[in-house]
Amino acid sequence: MEVTLTVNGRSVTKDVEPRTLLVQLLREHLSLTGTHVGCDTSQCGACVVHVNGQSVKSCTMLAVEATGASVTTIEGLANGSELHPMQAAFKECHGLQCGFCTPGMVMSSVDLVSKNPDPSEHEIREWLEGNLCRCTGYHNIVKAVQTAAANMKGA
Amino acid sequence: MSYIGKAVKRKEDKRFLTGKGRYTDDIVLPNQHYAAFVRSQVAHAKITNIDPSEALAQPGVIAVYTGEDLKADSVGGVPCGWQITSKDGSVMVEPPHPAMADGVVRHVGDIIAMVIATDQNTARNAANLVDYDMDVLPPVPHLEAAIAGDNKVWDDAPDNVCFDWHLGEKEPVDAAFANAAHVVELTVRNQRLVPNAMEPRCSIGHYDVATDHTTLYTTSQNPHLIRLLLGAFVLGIPEHKLRVVAPDVGGGFGSKIFHYAEEVLVTWASRRDQVPVKWTATRTEAFQSDAHGRDHISTARMAMDAEGHFLGLHIQTAANMGAYLSTFAPAVPTWLYGTLAAGVYKTPAIYVETKAYFSHTAPVDAYRGAGRPEMTYLIERLVEQCARELNMDRVELRRKNMITADMFPYQTPVALEYDIGDFHACLNAGLAEADWAGFEARRAEAASRGKLRGIGISTYVEACGIAPSALVGALGARAGLYESATVRVHPTGSVTVFTGTHSHGQGHETAFAQLVADAFGIDIDAVEIDHGDTSNSAFGMGTYGSRSLSVGGSAIRKATDKIVNKGKKIAAHLMEADEADIEFADGNFTVKGTDKSVAFGQVALTAYVPHNYPIEELEPGLEESAFYDPKNFTFPGGTHIIEVEVDPDTGMLEIIQAVVADDVGTVVNPMIVEGQIHGGLAQGIGQALFEGAQYDDDGQLVTSSFMNYTMPRAADLPFFKAGIHVTPCTHNPLGAKGVGEVGSIGVPPAVINAVIDALRPRGVTDISMPATPHKIWQALNAAAAK
Repeated sequence: MEVTLTVNGRSVTKDVEPRTLLVQLLREHLSLTGTHVGCDTSQCGACVVHVNGQSVKSCTMLAVEATGASVTTIEGLANGSELHPMQAAFKECHGLQCGFCTPGMVMSSVDLVSKNPDPSEHEIREWLEGNLCRCTGYHNIVKAVQTAAANMKGA
Repeated sequence: MSYIGKAVKRKEDKRFLTGKGRYTDDIVLPNQHYAAFVRSQVAHAKITNIDPSEALAQPGVIAVYTGEDLKADSVGGVPCGWQITSKDGSVMVEPPHPAMADGVVRHVGDIIAMVIATDQNTARNAANLVDYDMDVLPPVPHLEAAIAGDNKVWDDAPDNVCFDWHLGEKEPVDAAFANAAHVVELTVRNQRLVPNAMEPRCSIGHYDVATDHTTLYTTSQNPHLIRLLLGAFVLGIPEHKLRVVAPDVGGGFGSKIFHYAEEVLVTWASRRDQVPVKWTATRTEAFQSDAHGRDHISTARMAMDAEGHFLGLHIQTAANMGAYLSTFAPAVPTWLYGTLAAGVYKTPAIYVETKAYFSHTAPVDAYRGAGRPEMTYLIERLVEQCARELNMDRVELRRKNMITADMFPYQTPVALEYDIGDFHACLNAGLAEADWAGFEARRAEAASRGKLRGIGISTYVEACGIAPSALVGALGARAGLYESATVRVHPTGSVTVFTGTHSHGQGHETAFAQLVADAFGIDIDAVEIDHGDTSNSAFGMGTYGSRSLSVGGSAIRKATDKIVNKGKKIAAHLMEADEADIEFADGNFTVKGTDKSVAFGQVALTAYVPHNYPIEELEPGLEESAFYDPKNFTFPGGTHIIEVEVDPDTGMLEIIQAVVADDVGTVVNPMIVEGQIHGGLAQGIGQALFEGAQYDDDGQLVTSSFMNYTMPRAADLPFFKAGIHVTPCTHNPLGAKGVGEVGSIGVPPAVINAVIDALRPRGVTDISMPATPHKIWQALNAAAAK
């Protein structure tokens, strides 16, 4: 089946099997390997991208369902060489170690701050329930989201 | 400019934050094919027939292989890297570990067949079409069944015992118990865990016909060791024809140390079919086939005098090895465990016995802490129990028996000599930070709201930086445990460092660069750390056991020292001075007592453009290699304190505070060190409260996805208070001890001691890990019914 959508601002058309997942389209057909697959039950959140501005686990969505949609992946978040404030805050706060959960964490957190510009620690921890990290104990991830939220409010 | 000790932001972050990391599954080679495995869905069975015809008929499937094909090709089994000798002098039972089943499957997830196809979906679908018949045999589904011995895993181990090991002297311990005023006994289970690095394992075999070179890309913590085992022991490929690359790796925690069957199979298939072959684990495959951790049942008895001084300790442990011996499995419940039985205490007589058993379960091997969490949990639960039964203050009992700062170096009765530490300082710092003294007021306040508050403590020491090669060789290791480094100074003064360690979250690209930038007085951006490719670095033993800085960093320091020494000779020539008068600091070679100076970069350029050069005495170029073999283990330790609040109506538990006061030796990057502590704490708290792998009585792994194996989530954990109290290691040039495992080692007993402290007013005196809300609720109800 042919699917046409916008990915990181560019229109793309691909011929895919109907069963192809959005994450497979991104990784295998578009070589956007920043979006990761960490489980097979939609628990880990390593594959979170934005579809029309909403965070979505791209392993739970068929590629064809994204027809006509605007998809943003971790590769499309920065403004040229300038990191998005969320990316910058993850670096500043050491919110990543192995980096595998990081794209999903960052994309999910961007969506949180867009919906709730001033999230409390509790709200951040609850929001990130669908994103697993095995390295950081979440401590510095929560700090990073707090820092980014503060910086984005000032911007 | 000094970088060591500063929270330098990580050099590796940008690529990870922008989606440009390069993990193994991100690699796509031309004409890459895909492997999928047919895995056993039962614990124990004889395979009577395999029919691949329907799978082979699928468009895109090029081959289906079974254990028979491996046998026909004389492919060796997956080797074990450590041999344990039993009490009676016999060596452990070491069964074969074929990469695919040799007619019998021995755990859920054991590989029956391999399908190779042009794409992943086709391979996975075809794997479901491989038809096979099997006679299901009675399983040994868990440790209790292995001990009972009604069924067996291996004919060579009729009672399922792999080895029966001991450490320490029994007679002094027996004498201590004979003279004891008090004896306290405790039995605990250290439950089986699944490491669950977020990146599932992945391997790509790539045989290049033109050059007869074979490359394995794999999610590994130690590519050099994989090359040695795969090349020399399994497939018979000499090192110069075999390259192993571990690119960005998404966490390991021990599970990616080991040499796995899938690495053998994709490499073998690639050579056979002459196409690149990739396999990527699903999470369910990871649960079923990654090496698991822990799985001990232990009984410990402490003999004390009337005042509570520890006189003797006797420990008996049963350890589950699983169906096959994974790479370092035998070392975990023995030399990485029994040697820590003294803990932070002066106990004069200790005797440790460990019996290891086979079962029809996934192999068990090192997982973050590897033996030390099991021992720490046992001791710190036992010491707590001693205080309760003797009606003594649990902190004072610890203080009374604790090794004091003036006693180092301290020889324990269980082989180790602790070089340095200050356990009392960590204890005092932890108590102050946690406001231990004010706890009873907080308990009363919580009680006024109907909640149960508890506080728990753990004071611990661990051994890492493994370790002198000669020593571990005598203990059964089949490898050395040094580390290598090559420091290449380029003509214009920038530097590439090749290390035999591997970074999969630890930030070596930053911390090691801090070491090198300081050694040469150059900007950190002029230093690049290269790791993970056997074709670049000389050799290496990889990253595990918190060894990378203390061993790998020390190798780098040796190499940079050699560079500076050679630089002094070049500088002496340039400045027409005596070499003995040359000093090096802040990036400049100077002549003592003069204002003559040559910059590091000038010396580097001179080494590569040797027009004015002492060519008779000195080779051109500026590159040095070093191997560092440690003189001893290193001994991080400290105090962990956990405060919890339980809702007795629901069993729900909240962690109120998590305080650690850890001594990890010299700190190169405090930001990274704290991050390592946080992560270890999360895994340790995960073990204490959430996680546990469960095999049912049929040997079925019923926790085989994130749906039914509870991983700690953000809302389950608090902010941590990580305090650092340094006593520098005395025997390596950096003073570093190691930090990767302290969290997962120290904290589980602090959590459980806190939970029991909270529940004790309601009559609960014991609870096992994981202390889930359900279990807490059941314990409260059972106590109330008494």
